[in-house]
Amino acid sequence: MSDLISLLAETWAYLLANSARFFELLREHLTLVFVSEALAIIVAVPLGIAATRNDRVNSIVSGFGNVAQTVPTLAIIALAFPILGLGFLPSVVGLFAYSLLPILTNTIAGIESVSDSTVDAARGMGMTDWEILRKVRLPLALPVIFAGIRTSVVLNVGSAYLAFFIGGGGLGVWVIGGIKLFSTTQLLAGAIPGALLAITLDGLLGLAQRRLGTETASDRTAAAA
Amino acid sequence: MIEFDNVHKQYSDGTQAVNGLSFEVEEGTTTVLVGPSGCGKTTTMQLVNRLEEPTEGTVYYDGTDIQELPATELRRQIGYVIQDIGLFDHMTIAENVATVPELKGWDDDRTDERVDELLDLMGLPPEEYRDSYPGELSGGQQQRVGVARALAAGPDVMLMDEPFGALDPITRENLQDEFLDIQEEIDTTIIFVTHDINEALKMGDKIAMMNDGELVQYDTPSAMLEAPATKFVEDFIGPDRTLKQLRVLQVSEIMRTDVPNEHRDVVEAFDPADTVMADGGELIPVTPSDSAQVALSRCIQAGVRALPVVEDATVIGVVTEEDIRSYHADEIEAASE
Repeated sequence: MSDLISLLAETWAYLLANSARFFELLREHLTLVFVSEALAIIVAVPLGIAATRNDRVNSIVSGFGNVAQTVPTLAIIALAFPILGLGFLPSVVGLFAYSLLPILTNTIAGIESVSDSTVDAARGMGMTDWEILRKVRLPLALPVIFAGIRTSVVLNVGSAYLAFFIGGGGLGVWVIGGIKLFSTTQLLAGAIPGALLAITLDGLLGLAQRRLGTETASDRTAAAA
Repeated sequence: MIEFDNVHKQYSDGTQAVNGLSFEVEEGTTTVLVGPSGCGKTTTMQLVNRLEEPTEGTVYYDGTDIQELPATELRRQIGYVIQDIGLFDHMTIAENVATVPELKGWDDDRTDERVDELLDLMGLPPEEYRDSYPGELSGGQQQRVGVARALAAGPDVMLMDEPFGALDPITRENLQDEFLDIQEEIDTTIIFVTHDINEALKMGDKIAMMNDGELVQYDTPSAMLEAPATKFVEDFIGPDRTLKQLRVLQVSEIMRTDVPNEHRDVVEAFDPADTVMADGGELIPVTPSDSAQVALSRCIQAGVRALPVVEDATVIGVVTEEDIRSYHADEIEAASE
């Protein structure tokens, strides 16, 4: 126990001593996460919508998604390296590819979970397909899509550690460096902030999701009670 | 208003849902499509707002082939109420009701006014319900909103697909009664789908009974009860046809305004303010719009042979048990001749 406390104290001291480097790595890490995540959202949401409107797109997207899920993050990053070289860009591409799936599956699931009767009513009242999507399906699917983004962000914070292997920087520099140098302090100085970052982002997005969730009936009833 | 001309509908899996349907729904009436599950009644209704397209034949809307009308425009002229209600859970009640006015581009003031008017009409005080969400309402209240939403843009035609089918019996009965009142006010052509013959008899001015995609009989409720066209119609109506006839027969059709001597005491002794009789029982009068069934039931309950008919707290005549019985006997004679 006292070993653990002294280890944490050493880690804290290490962080204080190297704070400039720490903030640089943290900034790199966050940039990797946010850029790849933003790209993933921009691509996955429209792709998910397209999949719900066209069976062919759906089968291609789900097939691709399921295969992608089985490939380890490290492999994706390793695959990006020979094509795109080293540094920031291939790291973003690798993380982007890995962030797509949760958003994609949740977008499809969210839109498909809108009940047939709701869509029937909308169509019967004279909404066009586009109006049904924009006014009915998407707003009702939003909490589910958002849950996918939340999952994806948390996974992304963890996966971004691996960017170090292809020179993408981030907190992985300390973690993998720490492993290689048998420096537990350095390892923890990289790992603990990342874990806290994931927990914080998860909590913040969870709060936002709950606010979105109150836009749906079930949660509102519970809140009103 | 709506005319079906030799309409056929075959689904891509080969199911023949509608087979050579020809009939006309008259303007301002409620026409009930009734029949067992799979008889094609819902498909028939959806041919009107082009949720289904006929494979053969023509559906006319106000004399125009509906194939020539743009589907979304047509649907915005036609109110649509479905069994599953299908409210938009992410929108307030007011936003739900305002759906079609918004699609039609009404200005906000006009829409707001219309929404409040309709919520009032459906017995949902706007100040209380306008900003609620569907999830906060009971099933019956939700379907009231569903009806209000369908009426919002003042449609010429309403399509109602088992609108009260998912509600408990008491709520269903209440909504049916209220809707009958509303229907008199709005004077819209209504096509109403149900599998419940009692609902059909209650709601319909005309009943179109269907079986296997074909129209079996198209008649007024009383004509259908008096003379079922086929064995199928007779079976579908059920063995208590006589009682059902009493249900569609209104007191106004059989009441006597000049009271016969033998029943004079009923009228004279009756005091609308004090309905308790000498023996402690209660004599509840009927109104002209009550059914003969209600009148008969109250006669039996109070142990009398005649009931006063009251309108606006004034006795305007009597209805006698004998007349109810003999009316039916006359009908049977007329039918068998």
